[in-house]
Amino acid sequence: MHVASWFQKCIEILIFYDFQEELVVRPLHSGDIYASFQFRTLWETDFMRGNKVSHYRLFPKSLGQVISKFSVRELHISFTQGYWRTMQWGQPYLPSPPGAELWVWFQDSVTDVDATWKELTNVLSGIFCASLNFIDSTNTVQPSASFKPLGIGNVTDHRFLRYATLPREIVCTENLTPWKKLLPCGSKAGLAVLLKSEKLFHSSFHSQAVHIRPVCQDWQCKTTSWELRQTLNVVFDLHNSGQGKREWSLFKMFSRTLTEACPLASSSKIYIDITDNPEGEQFELSPATSLLSQAMVLGDRRTFSVYDLTQQDTFGSVRSLNLLIRWKSTEGDMLRPLLHAERYVAGYGLQTGEIHTLMYNHHPYRSFPVLLLDSVPWYLRLYIHTLTVTSKGKDNKPSYIHYQPSKDRVRPHLLEMLVQLPPNSVTEVTVQFERALLKWTEYTPDPNHGFYVGSSVISSLVPSTVAMDTNSTRERPLFSSFFPCKEESSYFVRVYTEPLLVNLPTPDFSMPYNVICLTCTVVAVGYGSLYNLLTRSFQIEEPSPGLAKRIANVIRKMRGVPPL
Amino acid sequence: MSGLPGFLIDDRLHFPSCPSQGGQRFLVEMAAPLTLLLVLAVTIRAALFRSSLAELIAERVEVVSPITAWKRVVEGLALLDLGVSPYSGDVFHETPLIIYLFHFVVDYAEITFMLADVITAVALYMAVKDYNKQVFRKQKFALEADRYPLDCLELIRSPKEMYYIPLKVAMFYLLNPFTILSCVAKSTCGLNNAVVALFIFSTIKGNTLLSAIFLCLATYQSIYPLTLCAPAMLYLMQRQYIPVNFRRASFWWFIAQYLFMYLGSLFVLICLSFFLLGSWDYMPSVYGFILSVPDLTPNIGLFWYFFAEMFEHFRLFFLCVFQINVFFYTIPLSVKLKEHPVFLIFMQLAVISIFKSYPTVGDIALYMAFLPVWSHLYRFLRNTFLVSCVLLACSTLFPVLWHLWIYAGSANSNFYYAITLLFNVAQVGQPGRSQRRLLIESLTETPCSPLRKSQNEKSY
Repeated sequence: MHVASWFQKCIEILIFYDFQEELVVRPLHSGDIYASFQFRTLWETDFMRGNKVSHYRLFPKSLGQVISKFSVRELHISFTQGYWRTMQWGQPYLPSPPGAELWVWFQDSVTDVDATWKELTNVLSGIFCASLNFIDSTNTVQPSASFKPLGIGNVTDHRFLRYATLPREIVCTENLTPWKKLLPCGSKAGLAVLLKSEKLFHSSFHSQAVHIRPVCQDWQCKTTSWELRQTLNVVFDLHNSGQGKREWSLFKMFSRTLTEACPLASSSKIYIDITDNPEGEQFELSPATSLLSQAMVLGDRRTFSVYDLTQQDTFGSVRSLNLLIRWKSTEGDMLRPLLHAERYVAGYGLQTGEIHTLMYNHHPYRSFPVLLLDSVPWYLRLYIHTLTVTSKGKDNKPSYIHYQPSKDRVRPHLLEMLVQLPPNSVTEVTVQFERALLKWTEYTPDPNHGFYVGSSVISSLVPSTVAMDTNSTRERPLFSSFFPCKEESSYFVRVYTEPLLVNLPTPDFSMPYNVICLTCTVVAVGYGSLYNLLTRSFQIEEPSPGLAKRIANVIRKMRGVPPL
Repeated sequence: MSGLPGFLIDDRLHFPSCPSQGGQRFLVEMAAPLTLLLVLAVTIRAALFRSSLAELIAERVEVVSPITAWKRVVEGLALLDLGVSPYSGDVFHETPLIIYLFHFVVDYAEITFMLADVITAVALYMAVKDYNKQVFRKQKFALEADRYPLDCLELIRSPKEMYYIPLKVAMFYLLNPFTILSCVAKSTCGLNNAVVALFIFSTIKGNTLLSAIFLCLATYQSIYPLTLCAPAMLYLMQRQYIPVNFRRASFWWFIAQYLFMYLGSLFVLICLSFFLLGSWDYMPSVYGFILSVPDLTPNIGLFWYFFAEMFEHFRLFFLCVFQINVFFYTIPLSVKLKEHPVFLIFMQLAVISIFKSYPTVGDIALYMAFLPVWSHLYRFLRNTFLVSCVLLACSTLFPVLWHLWIYAGSANSNFYYAITLLFNVAQVGQPGRSQRRLLIESLTETPCSPLRKSQNEKSY
């Protein structure tokens, strides 16, 4: 027994496990600061085909059991508070819509996807302490083109994909705590010590997500391993958290400093984006570091200063690291993001309305196609014959439309379109809808607050800004500079619009008994009058004689004589 | 008793009985006013179609319902173009024949609806004319048999009075603001009314096959005209002198024939619809929708608010009660009114228009068109002024309170619901009182003095 378990332990150590953590800090031009945490666990195991996995080391057991029990191939869940302002902050590293979003690819061994989806949402609701049990068939859709698998796998049968969003979901400490518990070091060592809820939720934007997918182990892809990424994006506001001073430090942002890396991590790094600050004229970074790294991110070549927490000398003599970024000048402007979207509801009154989605293409000379996914609840009845797509005032017919109309109280509308955005233009998509009157039990306790419509998802391959720069081709030899280089020509971007808040007409909630009584009274009046007529029989009767005659008749009756 | 002077009879009852030349002259005399009326009606509708009011009217919930709205027909056609079945969603609730029809005439929709109104008016006109001839003939026989007492002279109808009744019926239908609104909104209620009018016309003419076919079309569109089977059968039996008696074999034989024709054409229509779109999807979307009332869009009926405020537990029970309520009056009314099948048709139409699940003003306009046929009874109706005032006031208040609820936000749904209740109470009283008077009139056939009775009877 003892020998067997020791032998098993040796085998386990040989199985590939890897944990990496990193923090990217990007100062934004508006004075805000954007921090993005990523914690990645790689585990070489086989969850597919119902293999029983029992020994969990770095991979959290709750998630591993979820994957094997529900035959999940890919799982992406995010909880976001706030809306990402693309025009002021640029593109995020990992986009997410306000509220909760969950999309899952199931394995093809699942027979009843809807039942599995229902159980999965309830189990995740328990794991993350969120009200994901509100996800049901009325807000789940099966997109046909927008959410392709992010991991390996060549099965693209969309029957195994489910996407749902809860725009009303609020994120708070109760969601952060179980999320932190999934990390191998918890919140006790490494970068996770910075994740304190009193500072994180006092921000303009906060998003935490979990992404699970199978990835290739090496370039030959002989073995697959499971990757679990936990990401947390937060944007601290200059005025709320920064007290108006353009000076950011780890202590100011997170009220903590770093003392050590997570011992289980193979790599623990902090990256500060210094692309706009090559000579140090914009801001000053301390403590200084000599490590630099360059990476292609979001179609742009960015330069980063790197702090390696696994090296002891990063912490200096005080054994703690408190990064300080102090601005010297406020010049310079940000490169405008190439793809940007807005959405709003037009119209007045509670009978009809119009949804307008605006998509901006800021590229000066390239047009590119975008996939627009709209999931509208059933109580806003869309009229697809009123769908118009216009760019620069002219009609722009989408090349692919997939529309699934809603069924009352069963499923929502699903509209997916492939639209070509002309360069330097605004494309407007409008569709009219009608607001339904619901049963009085179907309204939320605060019906006049309105009903939320989930964000639209715009997915696209955007031409990169690096490819726009023709200067870089001057140094390259002619044989390599004719066609655009593959890895630099375009990058994948997903943009989420705002959620909408729509008012519906409400009945009077205090009136059920009154209404039943009054309506039944009217029906009874109708019934009564008809019944009366049907059962009443008319008889002939002689008109009654005058008073004198009646008295005479009475006397004649007494006398026994026939009446007059 | 038989003291009616002969010259009085001849004077009052002069009727152009010779069909060939008198009838043709008659036709020519009547065709001109009818044509004028048709031209006037078409002009009004065309003028409204061209104005900006057309879009406004097409959105009004009193005029269109989820079953009859033109916007939904266009949506169904657009879904078909996109390659999606129109019945896969919950927006389109028309029958496949309507999709088929409008697939070809969608560009001429306005002309189609105006034509439907014209067909309805002409069918009603000719039906009422024929009916009047028969009524008059029966009256003549009864007079000659001395069955009317002296003081019933006022109730006897003269040709002069009955001359203009068909024109009045057509006028009541075409120039009724409800009908005009329904036509301008391009509500498919106009098409339903046309089919029902053709059914009435073929029934009164005595054509059993056509009557069964048109009734089957009307039932296929919306289930409720099923109740018109009974008056149709009664009328046709009386016209063919088959006695309405359960013990006679001819009675059952006729019923079997009529039901065979009716159910046979219904079966053919349903199978045709299946082959048009290749699936049975349309049945829950059309008939399931009418019967189970899932859509609670406000309208002028009683159902919407009732089911919006209903406790979930009792929903099915009250749904069954309300649906049975429409079909329930058929047999008692048929038994009571078997001598007056055309009046029975009128009563059934009224009951359907009031108690159907998604009523619109177009349905009301159809039964209101019949009111001139029994105009000789009107001097005996009580509360006519009150009822007509209530109907008029409610018709004006509907858009006002809708605006206050939906756009201004200063009223709530109870205001609109109250007007709905009042409107339906006024409507419910209307046919009831007409029936009462008709039953009294039927007593003129017996040796009695109903006039004297009417002066003395208690109020109901």
